[in-house]
Amino acid sequence: MNWETVIGLEVHVQLATKTKIFSAASTAFGAEPNTQACAIDLAMPGTLPVVNQQAIDYAVMFGLAIDAEIGKTSVFERKNYFYPDLPKGYQTTQLEQPVVGPGTVDIQLDNGETKSVRIHHAHLEEDAGKSLHEGDFRSGVSGIDLNRAGTPLIEIVSEPDMSNAQEAVAFAKKLHSIVTSLGICDGEMSQGSMRFDVNISVRPQGDEKLGTRTETKNLNSFKFMEDAIHLEVERQIDVLEDGGEIKQETRLYNGETKVARSMRSKEEANDYRYFPCPDLLPVVISDEHVEQLRSKLPELPDAKQQRFIDQYDLSEYDAGVLSTDATVANYFEQAASQSKNAKLTANWVSGELSARLNAENLSIYQSPVSAEQLAGLIVRIADNSISSKMAKQVFDGIWNDEGDADQIIEKRGLKQVSDSGALESMVDEVLASNQAMVDDYINTDPDKRKKKLGGFMGQIMKASKGQANPQQVSQILAKKLAERL
Amino acid sequence: MHNFTITELIDGLKNRVFSSTEITQHFLSRIKTLDPAFNSVITLTEDQAIEAARLADQQLAKGDSAPLCGIPVLHKDIFCTNGVRTSCGSKMLDNFVPPYDATVVENFKNNGAIMLGKTNMDEFAMGSSNETSFYGPVKNPWATNSVPGGSSGGSAAAIAARLAPGATATDTGGSIRQPAALCGITGLKPTYGRVSRWGMIAFASSLDQGGPMARTAEDCALLLNCMASYDHKDSTCVDRPVPNYSANLGDSVKGLRIGIPKEYFSEGLNAGTEKAVRESLAEYEKMGAELVEISLPNTGLSVPAYYVIAPAEASANLSRFDGVKYGHRCENPKDLEDLYRRTRAEGFGDEVQRRILIGTYCLSAGYYDAYYGKAQQVRELIRQDFTQAFEKVDLIMGPTCPSPAFEFGSKGNDPVAMYLEDIYTISTNLAGLPGMSLPCGMVDNKPVGLQIIGNYFDEARMLNAAHQFQQVTDWHTQAPEGIES
Repeated sequence: MNWETVIGLEVHVQLATKTKIFSAASTAFGAEPNTQACAIDLAMPGTLPVVNQQAIDYAVMFGLAIDAEIGKTSVFERKNYFYPDLPKGYQTTQLEQPVVGPGTVDIQLDNGETKSVRIHHAHLEEDAGKSLHEGDFRSGVSGIDLNRAGTPLIEIVSEPDMSNAQEAVAFAKKLHSIVTSLGICDGEMSQGSMRFDVNISVRPQGDEKLGTRTETKNLNSFKFMEDAIHLEVERQIDVLEDGGEIKQETRLYNGETKVARSMRSKEEANDYRYFPCPDLLPVVISDEHVEQLRSKLPELPDAKQQRFIDQYDLSEYDAGVLSTDATVANYFEQAASQSKNAKLTANWVSGELSARLNAENLSIYQSPVSAEQLAGLIVRIADNSISSKMAKQVFDGIWNDEGDADQIIEKRGLKQVSDSGALESMVDEVLASNQAMVDDYINTDPDKRKKKLGGFMGQIMKASKGQANPQQVSQILAKKLAERL
Repeated sequence: MHNFTITELIDGLKNRVFSSTEITQHFLSRIKTLDPAFNSVITLTEDQAIEAARLADQQLAKGDSAPLCGIPVLHKDIFCTNGVRTSCGSKMLDNFVPPYDATVVENFKNNGAIMLGKTNMDEFAMGSSNETSFYGPVKNPWATNSVPGGSSGGSAAAIAARLAPGATATDTGGSIRQPAALCGITGLKPTYGRVSRWGMIAFASSLDQGGPMARTAEDCALLLNCMASYDHKDSTCVDRPVPNYSANLGDSVKGLRIGIPKEYFSEGLNAGTEKAVRESLAEYEKMGAELVEISLPNTGLSVPAYYVIAPAEASANLSRFDGVKYGHRCENPKDLEDLYRRTRAEGFGDEVQRRILIGTYCLSAGYYDAYYGKAQQVRELIRQDFTQAFEKVDLIMGPTCPSPAFEFGSKGNDPVAMYLEDIYTISTNLAGLPGMSLPCGMVDNKPVGLQIIGNYFDEARMLNAAHQFQQVTDWHTQAPEGIES
């Protein structure tokens, strides 16, 4: 039987506000446990929440970016459950009246087609703290770190519009691109800034009725999400093909061991007893405020991609790669404006620089090579001061903090030789000391002589320590060999 | 000295008849000598009070003192006090010392008042008799075999016994007015949002409101002047200027239209109480006010609606008391479930547990619409009753509670009988309206309270009407036997 997969995502996005959603404590990542938790975050008796307007604005900006209806009146509710890292015993979230209503996100499929994924809604809520269990903490006890408690989140809930892992990943990446372009999320997946819950079901190809779904929670990388989807789809198909039934349940996937397990079944699910939070008034957003936010909305990835094509004459692919991440796009534009050579800059940003950053697990904002430094290097490639081979060495030098391109070229003596007189005598010398190769060339059938040129080039470049301008050398070489025929 | 009102004490301090140190020491010594018989004060802050009085005397000597400079007050133990245990009458918080002041406490400090200590109360303000306190019941100074009312029974009894000239209190369903009535003092529950709830331990957030207690309306006005403020830390606080509540106390009540709700004089009302209330209304007529019979048809629904909404909110508000962060924690929990179960079973008394269970039930899946949803609809109807009434009248008056102070244990086994104690007071909380109680007669040597209900933010008019009544009657000057000494 052929099976069809149906996937919907719930995406938690940490908003890049300086302070928490209901308190003035800092949201910065990585501080000592419980140093960024104030009396409100600790749910001390008598404390009260006050909503962070910036968090609301960020949520509205997301809504505008996906063409969603904006909830003019949104309501915070209490979601009640006991857990040690949930200090109040309830999470303040939204349910009936979320801040962002239905919208759409377009994704590019591998076959070049565009698919629209519908967004059911997006709501604001507070993050919980973290429980540190044995191994992470002291043996025999668990610790609670409430630094994260109260960090603002938007939870984006999609319709079940994706039909495989690739689409789900494309959708997740597109959301990542949108929220980072908006500047409402730092996009740092490794720090939990975006986390995915994936709802998966399968059904026989052509069936109308959806199969029973499972939810795999808290995936914090695109790769883990992709792997978890493959694993779960295979599991469900195996169960069904063996005549079994899928149980509605919540599952956990371990990205390190690549194993998933059931966390709780539908029967064990909590009754969260939602009700409107009486400590917070409904959030009313005026049309004027929405328009003000709309007018300040930064350029979004799709528009940026088109502009890169138009303005810099980039291919659709290159423009796509460079416009996906706003930080990368900004880096590229800064470097391109200084290098005055957008194409070459695009190649370097999406090529060497990206590869190197990936290899060392760095983000572009952590790049040891600044946009200005990269531009300096590109200027020297474009004016033929250095060959592309030399350029890689210079890039390494900048990366290792040895200075700017010009300083490194100077210090290491990498400047390309383009002086034709010098090159001519260099070619002459090589030809003179390799008479056998020259004879061989002359005796070769004219159609096949071209293949022999590489040998001469290698010798000449070696003699020049790689500094000879290869294009000029090949012209001179062709001329000199022709003279000897 | 203890028979002076706050107004008289302020005069005495200004004219150097006595010092703040003298009156502070006088009240401290009265508390130490007399309160063992009443149990109204559960924490005495003697050293702090004496030090504060010394500083107040310095300020007074300079002549540029704050309005309540040097005046001793008691705070209900529901208001957080920095460095001073705040128990909320519960074993759960028997060891809780907040690192912050409630806004109300801060306002009193800033206005120069001196805290003598913290008053006893029903556990988490849940009760109408003060029998649910972990620290034992408060005894009514008028009849020590009878209850002082609740939940602010400690504050009311302390004022009746002349242990302090004024105190703070809170009212969720009648917790200021009913004990004020039963103890023969004057108490005011302001409009919801008039007084900050920051640092006031929540029972039912949409109903809770702090207010003053004193012997006279004139004193309540002085206390409310400093208690009321806009507070950005409480999202439900209303940003509206605080008038001078003392300014118009002398105005005539001639032509004042007083609504008499017929539902407040139906079965269940003690005959003596009714007589005292009717005689008081006749006083108003004599002063030129006009009595208008009105109807508040949904009064009968107020108790059932309240006992859904208040417990529902309480069930979530009290979830934070889980033994993880502060307060009581059971010994040697064997796992997380055991920690929650035993901590809460040991830390909360019966009435608190009863209300948590009721609230949890009302919010549960399948019951929400029938209980919580319906109760909210009733709440809206009750609000409309009042809105319509205030189109015809300026104030509404009636009994504060159905009968004078009842004996200990007489309603202890019948929660519904206890809940009906608040039948005349609960509606104003549901509507968010201000209400007050002032002494208006005696039945069997126990005080009777007259309730005044005002329109939103009309506290000044209520205080004016109460003050005028106190100009022509002397119920508010009467003291329980044995207290004068």
